[in-house]
Amino acid sequence: MSLYPITTAHYVILSGALLLIGAAGLLMRRNIIVMLMAIELILNAVNINLVAFSKHWQQVTGQVFAIFVITVAVAEAAVGLGILIALFRHRGTVIADEIDLLKW
Amino acid sequence: MDLILFILFATIAVVCGISLVVQKHPIGSALSLIGVMGSLAVLYLLLGAEFIAAVQLIVYAGAIMVLFVFVIMLLNAGEEAPGGKSWPSRLLGVPLLTVFLGLLAYLMQLMAPSMGMVTFGSFNTGAKELGRSLFNNYLLPFEVTSVLVLIAILGAIVLARKEID
Repeated sequence: MSLYPITTAHYVILSGALLLIGAAGLLMRRNIIVMLMAIELILNAVNINLVAFSKHWQQVTGQVFAIFVITVAVAEAAVGLGILIALFRHRGTVIADEIDLLKW
Repeated sequence: MDLILFILFATIAVVCGISLVVQKHPIGSALSLIGVMGSLAVLYLLLGAEFIAAVQLIVYAGAIMVLFVFVIMLLNAGEEAPGGKSWPSRLLGVPLLTVFLGLLAYLMQLMAPSMGMVTFGSFNTGAKELGRSLFNNYLLPFEVTSVLVLIAILGAIVLARKEID
């Protein structure tokens, strides 16, 4: 036992920090590749919560859901990058501000 | 020991996360994200989730990041021009984010005594328990997820292929 034990709250705070950083990156950056990476960061923050509470309640269900979240993140990254490549082929840019076909 | 490891790797994760946001070049962001994922794998090991840690390293730091780096190289994505942010966002963005995070941390610390502690290595769910739960209780979600991945593979192929006119 250490002097100052690590509790579930520490993991939740770390998760919140990563979630806020990811959301800030998603809103601030204009490169679509970096925006997709910020989404991956947010999904990772969710996974910390799931695994930490799986440990907290001594149940394996949280880890099962973490696996589902990872799978969905993989699918999202594959489709997102596919869309990105198709977009680059048509418009020649990966900057979100320059892709304004639907904007008046 | 677990305290030192937690503080060290949580700091690495947060610093790499900030680096992901502020890096000018996408390849720097990708390397920062690999740093985040590696340190999170160590944190999963601290929580006694060996299988999730291995999946984190293999699937995230391996497969997904290779895909990202591949796309960055393929598209030859260069540095991003500095964005025209309005002055309220430039002035208030970081302080408000810090205040929000501090509020979150304060509330969690208030709730912490009733939540109990997480000690290192007291709860070991190996891949055996995980697999048993996954293939007994969550068999239907598992199969539905496989259909989702199949659709994603087909979608990626259809979206990224060259059109034949």
